[in-house]
Amino acid sequence: MRCQVCKKAAATVHLTQIVENQVKKVDLCEACAKEKGVNDPTGFSLADLLLGLGAAQKMEEATTATGAEVVCPDCGFTQADFKKSGRLGCSKCYEVFADGLDALLKGMHKGTQHKGKVPPAVRRTADVRAKLTKIESDLKAAIAREDFEQAATLRDELKHAKKAAQEA
Amino acid sequence: MNVLDFLITPAEACKRTGPHDQIVFSSRVRLARNLKGLPFPGHAKKADRLKAFEALMPAVAGLPQMGEAPFAEAMDKLSALDKQLLVERHLISREHAAKNAGSGFVLNQEETVCVMVNEEDHLRMQALRPGLQLKQAWLAIDAVDSSLQERVEVAYAERYGFLTACPTNLGTGIRVSAMLHLPGLVLAEQINQIIQAVNKLGLAVRGLYGEGTEALGNIFQVSNQMTLGESESDIVERLNKVLLQIIEHEENAWLKQVAEKPKVVFNHIGRAYGVLSQSHSISSKETMNLLSLLRLGVDLGMFGPTPKSLVDELFLCSQPAHLQIGHPEKLDAEARDAFRADLLRQRMKAVPGPDHTKVASKPE
Repeated sequence: MRCQVCKKAAATVHLTQIVENQVKKVDLCEACAKEKGVNDPTGFSLADLLLGLGAAQKMEEATTATGAEVVCPDCGFTQADFKKSGRLGCSKCYEVFADGLDALLKGMHKGTQHKGKVPPAVRRTADVRAKLTKIESDLKAAIAREDFEQAATLRDELKHAKKAAQEA
Repeated sequence: MNVLDFLITPAEACKRTGPHDQIVFSSRVRLARNLKGLPFPGHAKKADRLKAFEALMPAVAGLPQMGEAPFAEAMDKLSALDKQLLVERHLISREHAAKNAGSGFVLNQEETVCVMVNEEDHLRMQALRPGLQLKQAWLAIDAVDSSLQERVEVAYAERYGFLTACPTNLGTGIRVSAMLHLPGLVLAEQINQIIQAVNKLGLAVRGLYGEGTEALGNIFQVSNQMTLGESESDIVERLNKVLLQIIEHEENAWLKQVAEKPKVVFNHIGRAYGVLSQSHSISSKETMNLLSLLRLGVDLGMFGPTPKSLVDELFLCSQPAHLQIGHPEKLDAEARDAFRADLLRQRMKAVPGPDHTKVASKPE
């Protein structure tokens, strides 16, 4: 049996972990086990290692499908780099390698859509957008029922809101 | 600035109390963030790393949440001993201790918030609380994060959330963890079952100071692994529930041990007391394991008024870098073992001999 990391030396370290009811196994040679910190539990997580290995494979499959080697235009990162480090190079890499990443993220996380905190600035923009949409639809409704007094108020409100959004 | 002058003393640090602190040493929540438009530190050229460093150090140090005069220093300005002290206090990672120019560290005076600049991500921000206080730690670091995001723009995508160097941290970038003392479960040989059960829930268990799952000093760290597709508060809540169950199992385990095998328990604790108070050379590993038993004895009421903060202080002070303090020459392992034994003999004088007749039938 060959080591799954270097694919050269014979695997002598065999690890098993149960993640989400799935048994995951990894076989390593002595040198790679040491390098990955298998003997140092403070820094070692089998899951991370497995995910790193799986990730590289998934990304490789995705690129063989398209034929050409993918390189991030912003930072020059390649899949070979990912295979080596298990890390990406920059924010843009998440778009560039999206095809392979999606499959990888599915196995790694609860979902592939962020459900947590939204940056305050992004949230504010979204709030303003929602407010504008609301006024616009109210305005349309007011015009439809020929309530022009209300429509005039809403039109002014919309103007103010748009101006405030631009200044922010 | 000198790290040692800034840090609160081990005695002070260990006197902090929190809910369930008999079993839970500390709670921490870490967030990973990166600056928009710059490559992640691991792939960045020196110029880009410095750009991130120069933008972030003053921005972080100037946050209202960092309070008056926080400690803020470049990693290349810290000595090897300083870095090791910070690792032993769990304020920086081992990886960060290996960093030099272009990386930095910021810590508030209360030592409740610390930030690593240019570790694996541009920002690793952490809030710490004594005992089981995951939610409080999350709220604290959330506030730090929100106010920092008013000053710098971070990498964020609607789909993937906060972008991190490693896909394992993507989304929320959150790592919620607690450090637990579980001597009862180890003595009862139930610890492996617990670890397996916790693993099945998608949570990680790591030994803190030791090899494999037989963590030195019976200290374990439990944390979430998944960061994407779930909100921060859900992650915090789920871990909190699991921890409350582990706490209950631990309490039951040692109650059962004391009820069924009192001689075994008292023998372990009595011998630990003997060795700790009488040795002239003792390794770090042996010390951790014996101090764990001493702490259990204190919890059981065998050592009269001895506070558990004393034991926790000895945990910290018997670590290599803490032992090195005050010695200008570099101590080798042999010298450290001797100094460690000296320290323990000296401090153990304040601890009365074990009295197993004082053992309460229920935890205090």
